Amino acid sequence: MSWFRKLTDGLKKSSSKMTESLSGLFTSKKIDADSLEDLEEALIASDMGPHVAAAIARELAAVKFDGEADADKWRLALAEILQQKLTPLEKPLTVSSDHRPHVILLVGVNGSGKTTTCGKLARKFQDEGKSVMLAAGDTFRAAASEQLQGWGLRTDTPVISGEAGGDAAALAYRAMQQAHEAGTDVLIIDTAGRLQNRTELMEELAKIHRVIGKFDDSAPHDSIIVLDGTVGQNAIAQTKAFAEVASLTGMIITKLDGSAKGGIIVALGDDFGLPVHMVGVGEGVDDLESFGARDYAAALVGIEADDLPQNTDAEDKEA
Amino acid sequence: MFDQLKDKFQSVFDGLSKKGSLSEADVESALREVRLALLEADVSLPVAKHFIASIKEKAIGAASIKSVRPDQQVIKIVHDGLVEMLGGDAAPLAVDVAPPAVILMAGLQGSGKTTTAGKLALRLKDRHKKKVMVASLDMTRPAAREQLRLLGEQADVGVLPESDTETPLQLANRALQMAKLKAYDVVILDTAGRLSVDEALMDELRAIKQATNPHEVLLVADALTGQDAVNTAQAFHDAVGVSGIVLTRMDGDSRGGAALSMRHVTGMPIKFVGMGEKQDALEEFVPDRLAGRILDMGDVVALVEKAAAAIEEEEAMRMAKRMASGKFDMNDFLNQLRQLQKMGGLSGILGMLPGIGKMQKQLNAAGMDDSMLKRQEAIILSMTKKERVSVGLLNASRRKRIAAGSGTSVQDVNRVVKQYQEMAKMMKRMGSKAGAAGLKAMMGGLGGGGAGGAGLGGGMPSAGQMPEMDAEAMKKLSSGLPASMGGQMFGKGGLGGMPGLGGLPGLGGHGGKSKRKK
Ligand SMILES: Nc1nc2c(ncn2[C@@H]2O[C@H](COP(=O)(O)OP(=O)(O)OP(=O)(O)O)[C@@H](O)[C@H]2O)c(=O)[nH]1
Ligand SMILES: [Mg+2]
Repeated sequence: MSWFRKLTDGLKKSSSKMTESLSGLFTSKKIDADSLEDLEEALIASDMGPHVAAAIARELAAVKFDGEADADKWRLALAEILQQKLTPLEKPLTVSSDHRPHVILLVGVNGSGKTTTCGKLARKFQDEGKSVMLAAGDTFRAAASEQLQGWGLRTDTPVISGEAGGDAAALAYRAMQQAHEAGTDVLIIDTAGRLQNRTELMEELAKIHRVIGKFDDSAPHDSIIVLDGTVGQNAIAQTKAFAEVASLTGMIITKLDGSAKGGIIVALGDDFGLPVHMVGVGEGVDDLESFGARDYAAALVGIEADDLPQNTDAEDKEA
Repeated sequence: MFDQLKDKFQSVFDGLSKKGSLSEADVESALREVRLALLEADVSLPVAKHFIASIKEKAIGAASIKSVRPDQQVIKIVHDGLVEMLGGDAAPLAVDVAPPAVILMAGLQGSGKTTTAGKLALRLKDRHKKKVMVASLDMTRPAAREQLRLLGEQADVGVLPESDTETPLQLANRALQMAKLKAYDVVILDTAGRLSVDEALMDELRAIKQATNPHEVLLVADALTGQDAVNTAQAFHDAVGVSGIVLTRMDGDSRGGAALSMRHVTGMPIKFVGMGEKQDALEEFVPDRLAGRILDMGDVVALVEKAAAAIEEEEAMRMAKRMASGKFDMNDFLNQLRQLQKMGGLSGILGMLPGIGKMQKQLNAAGMDDSMLKRQEAIILSMTKKERVSVGLLNASRRKRIAAGSGTSVQDVNRVVKQYQEMAKMMKRMGSKAGAAGLKAMMGGLGGGGAGGAGLGGGMPSAGQMPEMDAEAMKKLSSGLPASMGGQMFGKGGLGGMPGLGGLPGLGGHGGKSKRKK
């Protein structure tokens, strides 16, 4: 099942889906103030935040149509606005063979889905013919290392782990050595969840990041924040703080198979412009998909992705 | 934890305060800002709308009340609205039942169920002296059961032995059997995280509930949650009938509006908040305090303004003169008592001071609650006019009569007299311009008064920082809450800065020792 399907299914099942709140909104050629407010609210209900929602609503209100406007045209126009905003964030996670190992560091607050994503990523790269190693950098939480080992078993991937309560940075360094010696293509390092206002824990993460760079000054090659798709506006504070200590290069959004709509992606794109490498759409090892701006915009507004233009023109612009 | 929301409101009300009066349009625009603040704080849209609508009605009607600044009124209304929305006092956990009490933990993936199960186990064992068992029904997430086993071992409680072949429902049944067999008081069932849209897993949860008939179904939810909080809370509540909410990661810096949302849609109380990763980092939820904090009138701004609104200007002037001349009789004492009550009583004032939660328990234990104020008032009202002016008249038989008249005991009467005397002494000292020393003694009153010596007097400004004890300062002091000083000393919002409290009747010289629990 495509992630777009899963997302749409999720949205369909949720009680206050945007699709519903939007239908019946757009009937006239000009959007009246009430409709605009309703639209803004629907966008807010997807976690876009009131300011971004207002900006998008204004943008939509400024759209002019040749000939008669109808609900479908308005909806399409909205989806296109979103698509345009999100297309620059599309950047599937790829590893080059320039570095061996290519090091991926996963960071984020507690319970966001880091460990699960480690397992899913291991499977993804193996499917691409790469050799993978996992490092259990969460030495803090009870049974965190066992959890990652579970994923190692499931995906048949070696897991480097240390003692509970041990030094995470030292473990990361050791994992880099071992991956290097074994000629492993990809090393994925899990870290303990931490709230971004806990300075001592953020310092520990900065140290992990530093130590990785000591072994190979180009590493980590990807430093990715794993965000829970149900998160609200705090995601912005999270991304800001993690970017500071771990020089983020991208994001992965999990749990988009639920009733949350992940509108925070739009707000984050506005603020940080970090690519959304992947989205998590379930607990299974294969429930990880590349982020597609077109699919997401369509699912959020409740139209078929086919109705939207391919993203090619956006890429042309960049080139 | 709700600091950002507080900041938001602060800026909203700063804008308001600068205006002299509040028109209907003012209320509207203020509430638009409040609505925005709520949404930015992740309060779910329908809940925010509901809240604003209910406030608007009250705010517009209320704006016409005389002698209170309109913006203060709006503050009060928004504050009260939040308190109401956050709910009354949380009911205690239903664990004092015929054993075993069953607690079912439910929620989304990664919300913190397992950690919370461990924390609860420790708490019930330590504080409630229960024999507790934890059982993981999570067959989905790798190492979920190991995690709970480790937490159970750390807390030194019973753990259901693992098995790889049973379904969650079978595990639940086995947990109950074992709990009965081994005479556990409480069994905590941790479940796998599930999405509310996952029908198969929601059915499974229903089946577990039906089979185990839990006394508590706790919805564990992340304080970082966004707009989805309403959907999730509603769906879980519809499926299994949530009895309470545990809000995790409240030690983060999220605005935590999800708390308001979930409380509102389920109608169920928020029972605990998770304040960290350690096993003892689980606290009771205090709605009053939280609402106060949300408004940031949590500290003394609200206190000062409420007091200022409640106190008649002339009355303050009169008091100031009397104090300056060293006069202070039972009538003055009575006045102060009444002002204190107008400001919301002891719990009202203390509730507004951040960090006082723990103190409040001690104060309650020492019998220093609001009923005390009423008792004291009754005692003074049972005195004759003469007695109120000349307290020296109060001999043993008069005191007996007063006790009978006020429905209290002679000890109570004695206590009021003693408090009055101590207060009068302080007033005199200040009246004679003993200045800083006198004021300091007055402020230190609470600390020494039997409130458990919790260091209320700490953090006192040095004598150099004390304002001159002129008539103006007296006037402010007499209101119990020096506004100008409040700005200086309360500024940092800490407990250290509670000048004036010592000078409030009812707190000053209360002999709490006699009532302290053993
Ligand atoms: N439905 C769904 N669940 C997910 C997804 N990703 C992770 N989860 C679940 O979310 C929960 C937490 O995931 P973890 O991988 O343990 O999260 P973490 O960030 O490693 O957590 P800590 O290490 O405790 O901070 C688990 O129950 C996962 O199965 C997803 O995309 N969809
Ligand atoms: Mg983890």
